[in-house]
Formats: sequence, C-alpha cells, structure tokens
Amino acid sequence: MLSYVLRRIGVSILILIAASFIMYLLVVWAKDPLSDLYASNSPNRDQLIAQRIAWLNLDQPVVLRWFDWFIGAAKCVVPFAGCDLGVNIQNQPVTILLGRAVGSTLQLVTASTVFAIVLGILVGIVSALRQYSAVDYTFTFASFFFYSLPSFVMGVLLKAFVALGFNDWLKDPVFSWATIIGLSLVSGLFWQAIIGGPRNRRLVVAAASIVTTGAMLYYMSVADWFRNPALGPVIAPLLIAAFGAGMVLMIAGPRAKFAWRTAGATAIVLIVGYFVLQPLLPALDGWGLVILFLVAIGVGAAAGWFLGENDRAQAMRIGGLTGLLGMGVIILDQFMQRFNDYLTNPRVGGRPIATVGSQTPNLQGDFWIHGIDTFTHLLLPTISLMLISFAGYTRYARGGMLETLNQDYIRTARAKGLPERTVVGRHAFRNSLIPITTIVAADVGGLIGGAIITERIFAFSGMGSLFISGLNAGDPNPVMAYFIVVAIFAITFNFLADLSYSALDPRVRAK
Amino acid sequence: MTIPIDPAQNPSGDTQVEGPAVLTKDDKGISQGRLILRRFVSNKPAVVSIVLFVLLIGFAASASGVFGMPGWWKHDFTTLYTPVNGGRPTLTLWPFALGDHPFGQNTVGKDYFAMTMRGIVNSSYVMFIIGFTGAFIGVVIGAVAGYYRGWVDAVLMRITDIVIVIPVIVIGAVVGTAVGGLGPVALALFLGFVVWTGIARLVRAEFLSLREREFVEAARVAGASDLRIIFKHILPNAMGVIIVSTTLLIAAAIILETALSFLGFGIRSPEVSLGSLISANESAFQTRPWLFWWPAGFIVGLSLLVNFVGDGLRDAFDPRQKRVVFRRVKELPQDAVVVDTAGIVSDVPVGPLTTASGTATEEGLSGEERRQP
Repeated sequence: MLSYVLRRIGVSILILIAASFIMYLLVVWAKDPLSDLYASNSPNRDQLIAQRIAWLNLDQPVVLRWFDWFIGAAKCVVPFAGCDLGVNIQNQPVTILLGRAVGSTLQLVTASTVFAIVLGILVGIVSALRQYSAVDYTFTFASFFFYSLPSFVMGVLLKAFVALGFNDWLKDPVFSWATIIGLSLVSGLFWQAIIGGPRNRRLVVAAASIVTTGAMLYYMSVADWFRNPALGPVIAPLLIAAFGAGMVLMIAGPRAKFAWRTAGATAIVLIVGYFVLQPLLPALDGWGLVILFLVAIGVGAAAGWFLGENDRAQAMRIGGLTGLLGMGVIILDQFMQRFNDYLTNPRVGGRPIATVGSQTPNLQGDFWIHGIDTFTHLLLPTISLMLISFAGYTRYARGGMLETLNQDYIRTARAKGLPERTVVGRHAFRNSLIPITTIVAADVGGLIGGAIITERIFAFSGMGSLFISGLNAGDPNPVMAYFIVVAIFAITFNFLADLSYSALDPRVRAK
Repeated sequence: MTIPIDPAQNPSGDTQVEGPAVLTKDDKGISQGRLILRRFVSNKPAVVSIVLFVLLIGFAASASGVFGMPGWWKHDFTTLYTPVNGGRPTLTLWPFALGDHPFGQNTVGKDYFAMTMRGIVNSSYVMFIIGFTGAFIGVVIGAVAGYYRGWVDAVLMRITDIVIVIPVIVIGAVVGTAVGGLGPVALALFLGFVVWTGIARLVRAEFLSLREREFVEAARVAGASDLRIIFKHILPNAMGVIIVSTTLLIAAAIILETALSFLGFGIRSPEVSLGSLISANESAFQTRPWLFWWPAGFIVGLSLLVNFVGDGLRDAFDPRQKRVVFRRVKELPQDAVVVDTAGIVSDVPVGPLTTASGTATEEGLSGEERRQP
C-alpha cells in the first residue's frame, strides 16, 4: 500500500512537470505579450517594450523561461524557500494575485458543490425508488436538459429572469390569484408524485400540499413577507421540532423511543435557546456563529449520549443533526429579520439580488448585513454552477441505486423482514454511495478551475478571470499559476478517489 | 464490444415477451449489427432525436450553403441592411410567413436568420471534426497501447495522463487563442488533438480484455499479423465503446466550441458561431431578447438531441444496462427482461428515458412501510 502511494505520488510529480512544460509552450505560442504595445502609439512605446521584456525576461529562449518559472514554483513546496510564481505584465507578483483568486473561487464553488452533491444524490435516489414513474421521467428529462444547457446560457437566463425579475417584483411583492393557484397545483402534483403510494394517499397528500402552499403564499403576499421576512416565534420552534422528528423518522424509525427522547430534548433546548438568544444575536460575529453551531451539535450529541440506551452512536447522530439543523433555523431567522435593513440600505436601494461582483462596494453594516450581501451576490453563480453538476450526479446516483437495489443482499434484507426504510437507507443507499464517491471526488478536483465561464458572466474576480485576462494578454505567469493550482487539485482528488474506492470497497485493491 | 448471449434471456421458456430487443427463435442467425440496429430503432426518443438532428443540420446547411455551394436564403450573414421595425423578427407562425428577416436583425442590421444558420453550420462543422479527429487519435493510441502492452502502453498512457491533467476548456482556450483566427475547420482540427484522452483510455481497457480472448488466440495461432488481428478481430468487437463514446464526445464538443466562442477564444468575427452570437448579444437581452433566444435555443436543442442519440446508442450496444428493473413489475415493458444483474458492472448508469417504451411500474412500497404514518 505504502509503495503504491509513493509510486503514485512520484509519477504524479513527473506528470505535473511535463504538463507544465507543454502548457508553458502552448501559452507562449498562443499570444505575444507585447502585441498590445506594438499596436499602441504612445510616445514612450519603445521604453515600455524594453521594460516589459526586462520584467518577463522575454529576451531569453522559452525553455529557459520555463525553467526559471519552474525553479520559482518548486520553491513553493520547500518550506521557507520563498514562493515565486513570477510577475504578470504589470509587474505584480502572481503569488499575491493567486492567493486572492483562490480565496474568492473557493467561496464560490464550496456552496454549489455541497448543494449539488446533496440534491443530486437525493433526487437520483427518489428517481430510482420511483423507477419508470412520472417523477422519474421528469427528473431524467430535467437532468438531460440541464446537462445540455451550456453554463453561459444558464447564467444569462438567471441574470435576466431571477435577478431582474425578482428585484422588479420586490417593489410590490404581491402574488396574483392566478400565481397562487398555479403554484399550489404544481406543489400538489409534485408532492403526491414524490411520496407516491396508493391513490387515496396520493389524493390526501396532494390536497394537503395544495392547501398549505396556497395559504402560505396568500399570507406572504398580504403580510408583505418578502420585504420583511422572518420565521417568527411560532414557525421557528415548529420548524426545529419538525427537523427533530424528521431525523428520527429518517434514521431510527417511529418506534425508537430513545430517538424520540433524544431529538425532543435537543429540540426543547434549541427552542429555549431561540428565545434566549434573540437579544444577543445581533452583536455576533463569524467566530461566535461557529461556536454557537458547535455548542448546538454538542448539546445534541450529549443528549444522545445520555438518552441513547443501547444505541448511543445512532442517538448521538440524531441529536447532533437535530442540533445542527435547529441552530440553522435560529441563524436563518436572524438573517431574515435583518433583511429589511439590508434592503433599505442606500447602497442596495431595494434591489437585493446582484448580478456582478462578489460584494457591494462601500457597504456599511455589521456581520449580518455583510452576510446577506455575500449571499445575494453568490446566489446566482451558485445556482448556475449547481444545476450543471447536479445533472450528472442525479444520473449516477440513480444508476448506482438501481444497480444496488437489484443485488441479492437487498432481497435477503427484505426477506428477513427488515422495514423498507432500513433496507433502502442502510443496505442500499450506503452501498450505492461507493461509485458516487469516486465520481464526486474526481469532480471536486475539477471544480476549482471549472468556473471560468460562470465567473466571466457574473464578473467575479476569481481563478477564472485570472486565467482569462492572462490568456488575453498573452501573459504566461498568471495562466501558469492558474494551471498549476488546477492541475494539483485534479491530480490530488483523482488520487483520493482511487484510494477511497479501495477503502470503501474491500473487493478493490490498490496495487 | 460483444453482445453477450444473455443467460436470462429466456429463463423459463414461456415468459418470453415479444419485442425487438429480445432474440426469439425466428431471429436466430441475425448479425450483431442488425440486432443493434433493431434495438436502436425500437428506442423512439433516440430515433426521433437523430431524425430531428439530421433535419436541423440539413436545413441550416441548405439555407446558408456549404462546401462552396450557395444556400437558398436570399440574405448574406455579413451584409448590413437597414433595420426594419427595430430589427424585430418577421417570422409569423399563423399564417406562416418568413418575411424579410424571420429571426430579426442584430443591432447593426445584419440578417439574424442568416447569421444563426451560419452559426449552426459552423458549430456542426466543429463538433463533427472535433468528434472524429478526437475519436481517431483516441482509438489509435488506445488500440496500440492496449494491444502491445509493456513499455508502449506505459509511454502512451503517461502521455495521456499528461494531457488529461490539463482541463479541456483551459487547453482549448489556449489552442483557440492561437488558431482561432484560421477559421472553424482549423480550430476544430486542433481542438481534436486535445480531446482524445477519454476515448483512448476506454479503447485501451477494451483492447486489454479482448486480446486475451480465445478468438484472438486462435487468429494468432492461424498466423494472422498484428495489424490483421487489430483491425479484423479486435476492433469490430470494440466498436460499441467507440461509437458510443464518439457520440458523447460530439455532444461535449458542441458545448466546448460554443463556450470557447462565448469567451472569445473560439471562432472569431467575421465568422459566427452560436456561442459568439450569444456573447455578442448578451447585453442586449433586455431590449432585443430574440438575439439571445435563437442561438441559445439551437445550442440546447443540438446538444440535447446528440445526448439522446448517444444514450440510445449506449442502450443498443449494451442492453444489459437498461434491464435493471427495480422490484416487482406488474406489466413488463415491451423490451424488458428481468435479468439477474449480479456481477454485471456498468460504469456508466443509464437513464430510463430512452427505455420508455413500456408501462412497467413498481408495486409501490412494501406493506411494512405503508402501515407507518
């Protein structure tokens, strides 16, 4: 095993060096960094040209320049040697530019990756469990459609409809009766198809969701909810309790008394916490938020430890998840309460959903206002990135789940009388995750560089814009910096994917 | 790829269902190609897709003209015309009339129908050339590496690894910057040189397993040369993988080309591509939405159609994958045979959309689940 890992790392480094050489040659071949100066007619043109030649060592042969670059880049791996990725054509050090770009790209891709994975797997599994039903066909067609939709088309559409449409609508946020009825019917159709079962149950589910959705939309409409959103002292505790119940039903099943007790205790603590924290929350900052979440998870885990009886691990899982989600409700409520402050901020001017950049310039406000600002800026690019990778994950999750459900051990599990939840959740779902894990790992490695188009559409200054502006100027160093980060990520995650496969599936051995 | 004789094809003799995907007694003696063709033809979404795809490209090509032949459309995609009625589309569906500028005119007055048709033609040139160049290189490298193994394999696969490390859009953008000015055909040829890696790996894996089979052994004993074994014995059996992955490569090539042109690294003005049309008119979305909708619709349409065709081909070449029918089945779909899938590993899952010829439904949830609230 160790020799495999070492061999693999050695080969990867050689591949990286060779690929960087090819990439350097290609970039130099693609465009001359002096072309903009040749075309300019400024009086000190010759001086500028000489200066840029000196900055970029353009008087040396390409191979030597690559070698210079490579020595500088190699120092990044050696501690205390001083990282040097060269300068761009404005003589700014690329290392600093790269640091900023990596930060903002990570901010952009993290949320979309997590949502894409969770939603993709969820939808894929629902699709597999309802194979050959209307839901299945709808999801499959949707995933084909999103798969075929180029990201730039998606980005432009989101900007035009979601951002502009929502901002315009927010001036007078009232649903017409036609909209309320239409949305209610759609939600009724959707939920009865997802939940399924015999006709009576479908009808009940459909009716319930039509009524609930209609009432909710009507209330939101008359109460001006979209300008003053909040969950409030009734809905928030109810939501916390519902999350607790959901965790119990999903993980332990309705007859597990210890699970109900664990989730109940955690939920009560959080509901009390909701009221106690209200006056304290506005003064909070980012670290306080992290601590609050850790405390909530800790409370849940502790409840699980003491009330868990025979199955402490499961109870702690239920408690921890209930704590996490419940604290999420409390924080979400606080963000919602501050939304009106954000909306009426003169820099925002009542048009919250942004289409360019990563933050509103010169925005004054505390942690919550800046949090909302980041959210409104990241919303559209995140959706656009998410829908693209979501489509692929859905197809893989569906295929993997179907294959697992047809295995003999699933039949055995059913035959010995396990409830369907245990069969699907414990025997089928976990095993179907094995192939998905490797695909996800390989995909995540590509994500850091894959946001080129989305960044360009939403004018986001991350890795993609570093690459595009560098390539447009024929500037090799930023392009190479982009490439080396992307390549290292890709190689590392591919490696992790292979290792995880052999760790998860003992039949596969890395050699 | 061989089409294995299915062990569960006729498990008890009388459960045989009628349907083109299943071998019946009358079908015996039919060639594999014919079987695959039948399976593909029985897949309605895929057939409809391929027909629409051919019609769409044929229409665009005949309208704008290809290979030096003039098209039937009266306007040219580079000429400026006086904008009529703000450049609005003159196409009316009822009563059907094309009008002078059916897709409208762009901001400077060029005929948008001519530009869009030219864009479709250019984009299809690019996608076919990328697809076939990439497939050709991939097949050659994969076949040589898989057949000869040893150091040849090691060297070729390390080269593949080096190319695969560079993301396609990145190397595509770099190549596009260098050769984008040379026109669509040159661009496509060069892009073909960077997209072959996936196919090379698949073909190599296929060759590695096929070269150990008895028929190859037999051919070698009979004195066949390496070239003859590769072309006559192994390659026909690997055709399934090659055709399917080429189709999927073509689908990816549409997106790649349009994305590069959108970023400005692909096809350059005065030539047009669907991607560059969107890029040029992105900011005019509020005032002249049709300048966005026509190219966007055609990109999504083309890509969707190719993906459906690819999915249909995959089902046709490897019917094992689609036979995954979960749990009890009330009524078998026409082409479904429940097969024991133990031991069958499909590395690419297949959706049901193209298998949608029957009415198979699962029997809902088990009784245990139903009793629960």
